[in-house]
Amino acid sequence: MKYVIQVNEGPYNHEASTSALNFVRAALDAGHEVFRVFFYHDGVNNSTRYTTPPQDDLHIVNTWSDLASKNDLDLVVCVAAAQRRGIVDEGEQERNGKDGNNIAPGFRISGLGQLVEGCIQADRLVVFGD
Amino acid sequence: MPILHTVNKSPYERNSLDSAISHALKGSSVIMFEDGVYGAMKGTAHADKVSGAMKDVSFYVLGPDLKARGIDESKLIDGVKVVDYSGFVQLTVDNDKVSAWT
Amino acid sequence: MSDIKNFLYLNRRAPYGTVYAWESLEVVLIGAAFEQDVSLAFVDDGVYQIMKGQDTSELGIKNFSPTYSALGDYDVQKIYVEKESLDARGLTVDDLLDLKYEDEDDDWAEKDSIKVVSADELAKIIDDSDVVLSF
Repeated sequence: MKYVIQVNEGPYNHEASTSALNFVRAALDAGHEVFRVFFYHDGVNNSTRYTTPPQDDLHIVNTWSDLASKNDLDLVVCVAAAQRRGIVDEGEQERNGKDGNNIAPGFRISGLGQLVEGCIQADRLVVFGD
Repeated sequence: MPILHTVNKSPYERNSLDSAISHALKGSSVIMFEDGVYGAMKGTAHADKVSGAMKDVSFYVLGPDLKARGIDESKLIDGVKVVDYSGFVQLTVDNDKVSAWT
Repeated sequence: MSDIKNFLYLNRRAPYGTVYAWESLEVVLIGAAFEQDVSLAFVDDGVYQIMKGQDTSELGIKNFSPTYSALGDYDVQKIYVEKESLDARGLTVDDLLDLKYEDEDDDWAEKDSIKVVSADELAKIIDDSDVVLSF
């Protein structure tokens, strides 16, 4: 089975992101393919490298980055939602004249078309939201 | 084409469980997870709605979310099946698509 | 074998109190370029999204309701509104925007995009879709 996962909420405020993490891990363990994880609405906040959760708490952003790196996952952050919420990579920093960028490793900023394309290519869309 | 309906909100906070049930055709499944697991508890204002739908729809609840909230399996509505995340994944395989009721 | 999928956008939230209504519409607009078979469903508080007469000027935020009227130009012809959700909220189709599309198979005749359906009918519409997007 080929999955596209949609994450609609940011880390900590809602359980959506950790539920998505656990689902993706279980899907990979079962031998399925996770074609893309698409972060929309406040879900884009899962991709900032500046979070500093308490040491005894789950580091959600780093967990996504590690999962992506170990499993070659495509973590896509919606550009429109990212711009609204201040998630910036080097390209967006240059394009929009920002004085820095904050995207975490393993994430890439791209358009909403990536979600639609994911839904066309994948067998299943699973949405995690509020 | 059976659907897996996911419900992640408490029935006392949102109408998501009600909406999922009222749009679930015979042969489909509902999985309650995150705060949605409260909808799986017996002796509540919503329990009859779940039990009543069971003749047509299969109900599941995510074990890790139950445990997190201190809900013992003995408190669940009869007929609701507990699954873990691998079970959740399998439900998405066994059904044709997933519809999220947030 | 056609690889066109039937996309159903499930809208259950009121507009403005949260961003979901507007950002889900953005997906519909971008998604139009992929030429899939698109339907929108408005259920529960989602029916409020297409109420007519929205005026956000005193809030100072964007009124995006005119975008619904442009959906016909994006090839969105099927807009399902659930009757039970309207009834519970004391609304009728007369309270909603007048959404139209031009039917290219009928000499571009202008037709209503909105179809009021029962919960049972909507359950079948959801069942018939290939992908259900929720926001």
